[in-house]
Amino acid sequence: MSRSIVPEAISRQPWQMLIPLCCLVSLGAAVLYSAAGGSLQPYALSHVVRFGIFLVMAVIISRLSRNLFRLAAYPVYGGIVVLLVLVELIGAVGGGSQRWLNLGFMTLQPSELMKPAIVLVLARFYETLPQAMTASWRGLVPAGLLIGLPALFVMIQPDLGTALAICFGGAVTMFLAGLPLWWFVSAGAAVMVIAPVSFFTLLHGYQRNRVLTFLDPESDPLGTGYHITQSKIAIGSGGIFGKGFGNGTQSHLQYLPEPHTDFVFATMSEEWGLMGGLFVLFVFAVVLGWGMNVARRAPDRFSSLLAAGMTATMFFYVMINLMMVMGLAPVVGIPLPFMSHGGTSMLTNMICLGTIMAVHRWSQGRGSLR
Amino acid sequence: MKIDFRRWLRPPHVTTGTLRNSFDRRTVVLGTIQGGVGALLAARMTYLSVFENEKYKLEAESNRVNLSLIPPRRGWILDRHGQPLASNRADFRVDVVPEQMKDAERTIAELGRLLSLSPVDLQDLQDKLDKAHGFAPVEVATGLDLERFSAVSVRLPDLPGVVTQRGFSRFYPTGPSVGHLIGYVGAASAEEYEKDHDPVLITPGYKVGKDALEKIFEKDLRGSPGARRVEVTASGRIVRNLDTREDVPGKTIKLTIDAGIQDFAARRIGLESAAVVVMDCRNGDVLAMASMPSYDPNSFSDGIGRLEWKMLSEDDHVPLRNKVLRGLYPPGSTVKPMVALAFMEAGLDPDESVFCGGGLRVGNRVFHCWNRRGHGSVNMAKGIYQSCDVYFYHFAQRIGMDPIAAMAWRLGLGHEFELPVVGQSYGTVPDPAWKLRKYGKEWQTFDTVNATIGQGYFLVNPLQQAVQASRLASGKIIMPRLLHGAGDRPAASLGIPQDHLAYIHQAMSDVANGPGSAPNSKLPFPNIKLAGKTGTAQVVGLNIGSGKGGLWKHRDHGHFICFAPFDNPVYACSVVVEHGGGSGAAYPIARDVLTYVFDRQKGMDILTELEKNWGGTAKERLDTRYRAYSAQYGAGAPAVAPEALQQASGSQEPRQPIVSDAQSPAPEPDAAPGIPRADAPPAPASTSTPSGTPGANAQ
Repeated sequence: MSRSIVPEAISRQPWQMLIPLCCLVSLGAAVLYSAAGGSLQPYALSHVVRFGIFLVMAVIISRLSRNLFRLAAYPVYGGIVVLLVLVELIGAVGGGSQRWLNLGFMTLQPSELMKPAIVLVLARFYETLPQAMTASWRGLVPAGLLIGLPALFVMIQPDLGTALAICFGGAVTMFLAGLPLWWFVSAGAAVMVIAPVSFFTLLHGYQRNRVLTFLDPESDPLGTGYHITQSKIAIGSGGIFGKGFGNGTQSHLQYLPEPHTDFVFATMSEEWGLMGGLFVLFVFAVVLGWGMNVARRAPDRFSSLLAAGMTATMFFYVMINLMMVMGLAPVVGIPLPFMSHGGTSMLTNMICLGTIMAVHRWSQGRGSLR
Repeated sequence: MKIDFRRWLRPPHVTTGTLRNSFDRRTVVLGTIQGGVGALLAARMTYLSVFENEKYKLEAESNRVNLSLIPPRRGWILDRHGQPLASNRADFRVDVVPEQMKDAERTIAELGRLLSLSPVDLQDLQDKLDKAHGFAPVEVATGLDLERFSAVSVRLPDLPGVVTQRGFSRFYPTGPSVGHLIGYVGAASAEEYEKDHDPVLITPGYKVGKDALEKIFEKDLRGSPGARRVEVTASGRIVRNLDTREDVPGKTIKLTIDAGIQDFAARRIGLESAAVVVMDCRNGDVLAMASMPSYDPNSFSDGIGRLEWKMLSEDDHVPLRNKVLRGLYPPGSTVKPMVALAFMEAGLDPDESVFCGGGLRVGNRVFHCWNRRGHGSVNMAKGIYQSCDVYFYHFAQRIGMDPIAAMAWRLGLGHEFELPVVGQSYGTVPDPAWKLRKYGKEWQTFDTVNATIGQGYFLVNPLQQAVQASRLASGKIIMPRLLHGAGDRPAASLGIPQDHLAYIHQAMSDVANGPGSAPNSKLPFPNIKLAGKTGTAQVVGLNIGSGKGGLWKHRDHGHFICFAPFDNPVYACSVVVEHGGGSGAAYPIARDVLTYVFDRQKGMDILTELEKNWGGTAKERLDTRYRAYSAQYGAGAPAVAPEALQQASGSQEPRQPIVSDAQSPAPEPDAAPGIPRADAPPAPASTSTPSGTPGANAQ
């Protein structure tokens, strides 16, 4: 395609990533159409519309300057922490746990926004940190606090999945920032020790059940093991080419819990089979591979950390969700990016995507707004 | 990634370059991990959908498809003309499967409200639930109207474990009349399921035969269940029918019973505790086999409620015992034609007479004739039609017991017949060898004397008496049979000379139509004559009661055996009325039953008139009684022990003591005048009676 015909603003977009992504969203819409019993309402149409809106938002984000990102890092982070506290307060007043704020026109889940925000703030932190201090405690403790504070608030909501996502995004950013390797090794070892202890002390009953069920789903096929078992049945019964569009029985007869959100991949696999599943994995490989490439080619430390952290955050969604539906991880409420129906997760992922696209633009060197 | 161990020992030297370098290396590591996870997921996905595909396909199918058995329609039981004695009728029913109920108490309460069950119903339901195995369905209600049925149906998603069904339930058109003959059905008990692991047994709505023919022919009547495959959602809502395999109804069983005669006989018994058997004496077809009072098999099929149990078990007329097969009675004078045949065979000239002065000294005791005034000169015919005891006392001593016992056997007494029934009590035909075996005592002359008038050790059941009447009438070895179309092999002859039989027939005809003991047993037809023999059997010694009045339990049993038409026998009939006070209670029943057999309208007119005074048909009286019990006891009746029913219906021994002991007879009061019976002339009872104590008579 020639630049003289296609406007530059369009031609310089990363189409090698966007086209597969659009295919994935279309597949997602098709699955949601089927999950709604062959109807655009209530899932498929809003899914596509949201994607459209958030894509525009991502493009706008990608147009923002690097300096704006730098300047906004701490205020955005601080604002979201305040929102998290607010959620806790409202929850305490209202009685019971609450994860979202009702803004009137939409419900906002601040913990979701924290996922890209933690990456942003850490990228900013390590950019400003004198390089010689990277390997000292001053490279570790502030970053640890930046991660720990929101993670703690999310944890007491309680929302284990999101807390883990925040920690994961933060930890990957720290890892890439060049902190000594043995810190991570010893932290990993410490987790190995603490995990069993916290399993019996920190986790809530239902979370503990989910872990136990994950370890032995058949022990309680009608109770908490039900979700995993039914999901595996849906995926396994699909075979290589699936049962055909609209023919999934597990989803249509409500054996599959949450067929349009957390278990959308199982719904898809039942009807599209292994081929559909490999296609989804392929698209994610393209998108995430592109994200890592952008990070590697980024012009400076801030943008490379930013792009890599955002990619890692998206990767975490994909990994945990797919492992969960295939019975490799406990049931945690994490949706599959670009396929699950749900505004907040789409928003988060599109923020991540937009940020990577921004880094992509910066590294192309044509960004005049720096 | 190359690991430099020295870096770990000294503070690392960090510059922009080293950071950039480590970033590049670490992104590669991260990318590799991501790729690894992706490969892992792809492998896992392939494993699930390719290698475990078959397993999960099956599981998805078993999720989706719900297979439910349709209980087979039970085979009908028909009478000889094809009229149903037991059929099925379509109904709406509700069952619960205990182990599937989430909150049993709430579910039951909700069902009670929706179906408007009474406290008694709820209590019976609770009893059934307590006894039930978790997987076996328990019946809540049957025969529901559409309104109540749908009220439950629409709430099914909120009531796990509740099953609603359109099905068929067993129906016995004549109710109590066929109770003992046909039996009843009920949900399979845990023991029955242990024995027979047919899954249809635990299908909601399936009933197994619990008694009599229903039990004997269970396998034939069962049929094979149909199946319905439906697609269901996770919450159990049925989305659509996939396919249905119709059930195969059980085989139809055709009986020799005539439904009309059976029902008439049962109803004609009225308020008495009695048994009636009607047979075709040409081929042995049992036309009616009624034992009353009875239970209503229709109301037993949902299990036996406490109140029902209390009502039936407290009745001294033992409605739970089939008296035709399990009732044993001393036959009284009904054995006299048989004894007379034995005399003739032994060479006694029937014209040889004896003088009856009202009693006969045997050994050191005097045995009385029922008629204390005596019969004067008595030959064999008069001995039968007047039922003179002295005639038989006299000649029995000459002939001896053994020819008499042999004749009793030949005529069917003491036999257990090959019939599809759950139990027969076959009684006793006493003879010297038997007494020695049983009691280790020598046979005495007075034992013979007692036996010739059907007292002492003699015990028979009403079926044997009907067979005896049939054989007397036909002179052939008639075997009773219940299954229709078993083949018409002509019965072999008994080998009794025709002139002997003719003599006996004439004497028995004279009982009713001549100068006999039961002139009122005459049939109301000019051209059809009945030949019969009366009998009265003592229940207690006369030192306790007279046998005619007083306590019901102390009254004599009434017997009548007969056949008709006397000159060309077709029908034989036996009637036993427990504690009827003498044969006067029995022969009107036999007369009316045979009247009905020959002229249904005429018979029915008589019955309608009688039932007006009795308070309706047997079914109506049973219902009235249940209502009275319900009002009196409500839910306060004690629970039914599981084995109690088995004991009650299966008890071999009659409850009342049978007088089989010659040591304690008592004088027979003069029966001729003065017995105040509305429908009968004086009972010509015949019981041996040395007056007072043996010691007193020895003089």
